[in-house]
Amino acid sequence: MSIAVSFQGVARHFGAVRAVDGVDIDIAEGEFFAMLGPSGSGKTTCLRLIAGFEQPTAGSIRLFGAEVRDLPPYRRAVNTVFQDYALFPHLNVRDNVAYGLMIAGQPRAARHRAAEEALEMVALPGYGARKPSELSGGQRQRVALARALVNKPRVLLLDEPLGALDLKLREAMQDELKSLQRRLGITFVFVTHDQGEALSMADRVAVFNEGRIVQVGAPEDIYYRPEVPFVADFVGSSNILPPALTGLPRIAAIRPEAVRLAGTGLRATVTAASFLGAATRITLDAGGTRLTALLPRGAARPEVGAAVHLDWDAADLHQMAGGA
Amino acid sequence: MTAAGRISDILWRNPRLLLVLLITPPALWLGIIYLGALFALLAQSFFSIDEFSGLIRYEWTLKTYGDLLRPANFDIIRRTVVMAALVTVASAIIAFPIAYFAARYARGRWKAVFYLGIMLPLWSSYLVKVYSWKLILAKEGILSWAFETLHLTWLLEGYLAIPLVGGNSLSVSPTGTFIVFVYVWLPFMILPIQAALERVPASMVEAAGDLGATPAQTFRTVLLPLALPGVIAGSIFTFSLTLGDYIIPQIIGTSARFIGLAVYQYQGTAGNIPLAAAFAIVPIVIMGLYLWWAKRQGAFDAL
Repeated sequence: MSIAVSFQGVARHFGAVRAVDGVDIDIAEGEFFAMLGPSGSGKTTCLRLIAGFEQPTAGSIRLFGAEVRDLPPYRRAVNTVFQDYALFPHLNVRDNVAYGLMIAGQPRAARHRAAEEALEMVALPGYGARKPSELSGGQRQRVALARALVNKPRVLLLDEPLGALDLKLREAMQDELKSLQRRLGITFVFVTHDQGEALSMADRVAVFNEGRIVQVGAPEDIYYRPEVPFVADFVGSSNILPPALTGLPRIAAIRPEAVRLAGTGLRATVTAASFLGAATRITLDAGGTRLTALLPRGAARPEVGAAVHLDWDAADLHQMAGGA
Repeated sequence: MTAAGRISDILWRNPRLLLVLLITPPALWLGIIYLGALFALLAQSFFSIDEFSGLIRYEWTLKTYGDLLRPANFDIIRRTVVMAALVTVASAIIAFPIAYFAARYARGRWKAVFYLGIMLPLWSSYLVKVYSWKLILAKEGILSWAFETLHLTWLLEGYLAIPLVGGNSLSVSPTGTFIVFVYVWLPFMILPIQAALERVPASMVEAAGDLGATPAQTFRTVLLPLALPGVIAGSIFTFSLTLGDYIIPQIIGTSARFIGLAVYQYQGTAGNIPLAAAFAIVPIVIMGLYLWWAKRQGAFDAL
């Protein structure tokens, strides 16, 4: 499989601010790649570096093997779905979608046909004559997607495209984006601060913190085998256990759902319990370390203040590099 | 409860009453004093003047409008409209990059410098500025001196020798009138364009580039259409202000008259109120046609 996007030692500094500080990535062709991180972690700047809106301060960026450092955005075979969609308010939906084809010099009839096909693909057939201002947020998002895809880019960049949608719509769009990506086989690079989104959609996830990538891997690896405390903490919630509690040489992480109440094991005191619907979350104190456990439906629910024992499968406990 | 408190309560319960109270005085001012006076003036244009007695005949007639089309009067209209159009186009061309810079790149202190730079000339008297320009453009003025120092006097003289735009010196040429009009009205073009460009998110320009548009194509297909309401708003100022101005052509330029000057002279010394009123109608009609055309071209679609 060939490499679609490749970063080697890429940095982007804004004055004293190191937005991106030495990033290496290889994104394979046809991959759904998520960049996950808190705001200000450098993930959006990385996306903008791929699109060409930013120039790297150092390092090399290659698209399909060709160095693009000095290539302006309009000469790159990538298209972007913007966070605010950036639809042109003076053009109707059809002309928005056909914009790239119009610039490329396609005749009117051909580009209108292509625009209508693209609108069908995002389930908005017959919306061509409307103005963007007449559409809902979810519909605008689809138009932005159609406008990017109609140009048949080799890489599609998505900058938090679901951020402005409500929960139900967001979940529906996650499934749709995933199946669209499978169908088209285009490389998707997806920026998000929502770990659920990254884990559910991506083939691989890069977790960003302070301008660097702290871990890259499949969603299962990121979730179950965090390599550093930051990943354990940022992706889902994790219990971080010092060696004293586990008997292991290094600190270790365990997911709340892997923690069980048992007859023997680590001694802890229940400090709070809350019913979440599908599960019950209890907060515990084990010799000064705070822990949470997610108890499945039907499990006995201990009283606050009760002394309990905690147990887990050794495989669920994951040792990490670095200090606490 | 105090009386003021009671009034507050009544107004709080009846927001409509508050609105009526607030809007009535300005509405009366606008309706009676402003528009009323304007219509009174315009009504005059449908009267005519008795050529022997010089008195106004109060009978409805279109005779005065016929007078407007006489070659001497029609020349005034044509000259004014051409000048206003040229001034508007030149202002738009000069204003756009300034407005673009201010909207896109100027931040904090530089933004303040920009506003100060644009507004400062508006704070000083219009007459002072026009007379300063007379000195700048005069035969012995700084501009002639600059051309002389650069050994380019031949260029200036060559230009002044061109009929229609030239003259004895820049200060008595139509070019001089044009330069001063552009200078005086430029801020009225910059500010609305800047306001329009400010509302265009940076991502819109990036999106165009992302979809393959070169900077020139982005300007033509995205920036210009989105800034067009601002350009039209600015052109309403520059166009109508040029159409109505009667001071600049008196001080700078040839003795050829403009509409403003014609209105001034007919209603004053000549005492021909109907013809002055008919002249005053011309800019209103032209602006009406212009806005109608702009709307049809979709200039306000992005609003």
